[in-house]
Amino acid sequence: MDLTVLRWFPQIPLSILYRSAILLGGSRTMTIPAPAATAVEAPVVKPPETVGRSPGQLMWLRFRRDRTGVVSAIVVIFFFLVALLAPVISWAYGKDPYVLYGQDIPGLLNDYGYPVGANGGISSEFWFGIEPSLGRDVFTQLVYGIRTSLLIAVVATVFTTMIGIVMGIAAGYSGGKTDYLIGRLIDTMLSFPSVLFIIAFMPVVENLFVKSNEETPIWLRAVTLVIVLTLFGWAGLARLLRGQVLSLREREFVEAARVTGASPARIVFKELLPNLWTPILIQATLLLPALVTSEAALSFLGVGMPEAIPDWGRMFLRGTEVYRDDITYLIFPGAALLIFVIAFNLLGDSVRDAFDPKLKR
Amino acid sequence: MIRFITRRTLGAAVTLVIIAAVTFFLFFAVPADPARLACGKVCPPELLEQARHNLGLDQPLFAQFLAWLTGIFTGRDYEGLGRCPAPCLGFSFVNRAPVWETILDRLPLTVSLTIGAATVFFTFGVATGVVAALRQGRPLDKIASVSSLIGASVQIYFAGTLALYYLVYKNHILRQPKYVPFTEDPVGWLSGLALPWVVLAIIFTANYTRMTRSTMVEQLGEDYVRTARAKGMPGRSVVMRFALRGTMIPIVTIFGVDLGTLIGGAIITEQTFGLQGLGQLSIRAVTNSDLPMLMATVLVAAGAIVVFNIIVDVMYAVIDPRVRLS
Repeated sequence: MDLTVLRWFPQIPLSILYRSAILLGGSRTMTIPAPAATAVEAPVVKPPETVGRSPGQLMWLRFRRDRTGVVSAIVVIFFFLVALLAPVISWAYGKDPYVLYGQDIPGLLNDYGYPVGANGGISSEFWFGIEPSLGRDVFTQLVYGIRTSLLIAVVATVFTTMIGIVMGIAAGYSGGKTDYLIGRLIDTMLSFPSVLFIIAFMPVVENLFVKSNEETPIWLRAVTLVIVLTLFGWAGLARLLRGQVLSLREREFVEAARVTGASPARIVFKELLPNLWTPILIQATLLLPALVTSEAALSFLGVGMPEAIPDWGRMFLRGTEVYRDDITYLIFPGAALLIFVIAFNLLGDSVRDAFDPKLKR
Repeated sequence: MIRFITRRTLGAAVTLVIIAAVTFFLFFAVPADPARLACGKVCPPELLEQARHNLGLDQPLFAQFLAWLTGIFTGRDYEGLGRCPAPCLGFSFVNRAPVWETILDRLPLTVSLTIGAATVFFTFGVATGVVAALRQGRPLDKIASVSSLIGASVQIYFAGTLALYYLVYKNHILRQPKYVPFTEDPVGWLSGLALPWVVLAIIFTANYTRMTRSTMVEQLGEDYVRTARAKGMPGRSVVMRFALRGTMIPIVTIFGVDLGTLIGGAIITEQTFGLQGLGQLSIRAVTNSDLPMLMATVLVAAGAIVVFNIIVDVMYAVIDPRVRLS
């Protein structure tokens, strides 16, 4: 049993999944390949003479041989490219996500505000159709929506991972009272109903910055989303790393470092951290799609990014409002999200396998 | 056993008080004007004054918390608004009613939704997981793992809406999801909630299939299973009586967690199918800035999680005798 739960269940209750994964002994089985040991196994393909390879090179070699991994990596990279190049794409395509084409050009929408053309108004002009009533172009909406959602999710992943690392190492390495306090904090964080709390917390965090009767600026909403997602995401990783550090701390090489008079900072950065990169990277790979879907779910519930800013999740909100008359509007963002999450889950598998071939799937 | 349960219950009570305190202080200490938040966005001045007074904002924060906490057991009077009887989790200034009434009103739907879906995904998930484990590497196993990959990656607002469109709106195979109390009309209850159950089950089953499969594979390699086989026990009994028992421990853990989460509000499910349960209530509370309601729903949700954690612990002891002895 490893952390499979997480990668197979990227829906929102992140913290809860972490907890069940850890209860199941996830932290115990995630073995850390000692760099020295892996280096000895290096000659996999019988080169004419023994070539020394770093663990990173070995990982890359193993990863390249995993076809599912490579394909899913390409899909994931494709999504990131779409997000990065959104302005270029929309320039080449000749539309932008803010113009209300359906209202400006007569004959695109009918009297009820639904696309006249079949299948949500798909045509050579509007590849993914037209949004009902507002009449915006769905293709650019989706491209820019992916950009918004990925940006928020990536920033939240970075912060979540950083806080998780700091708290986990602090608890595991210092032990004693610090460990107890952080441990209790992690436990409490994990027993909060996370979805509900994230939703409930949005207005509270926003109130820190704006008075309740003022209009919330858009950047602030994005910042708030990052804050709440981070706040309710770090505890799982921290708990996992704490467990790892607890066992690493007793290993000979750390003891040796301590005996030779290494400072705590040196032990943490030079001895512990290099051994933790594997679980950290794997967790981050799993965290990102979970946060993308969380962000989408929040938008779907109407507490995500506000109107006018294209957002992947909000397309679902609109899609469920108009599904009876225009199901096409829902299908494109839905299919895109499904492909993205599947690809990321498979990528997570492959990254794990590449890092640790001993691990049973 | 009794001691074990008592100890866990006491621990849970402490956790609940901590969660209540954290909820209270976060929501009341952080925002600029809690009275305005509590009162809602459209708030006439006299009601704002009322809210300010009723929240006891002139008192120290800790006294406010104590008043709120004792209110849960003794009830509270809100001058000019009415009395809030015993389990008083607060008074909603938006609904002008004690929040507990509204919560009690919504709870049956959420509980029905949870119980029905849980029954489906638990039995189906464990069954497919066991079959997949016994047929390791065969086509059936591959089908199970591919479908659980897709199932786990599907989002309920996407799958649910597609199901609504194709099964309800276009082809009239199922009824528009609707809640009818079981006591009034059992058939209506069943048919009204069938679709949400199935969609929730699709998404949750994947998790159970995966977990059951991998734990079962592990269990089948254990010494005690081999011993049972070696002494000539029939294969079916080995799986059912020995391996399945060991498999149930992690499954029960996630099952408890899932039940707690779902009772606390299958928010997205309810939103997708337009069901007026606890989840919808909390969403509404956020959009209306109905703070007392929000706090109450958070507390109820946390309570559900904590209670199911206790049940899980007790179940451990039932399944695994070693837990009872330690």
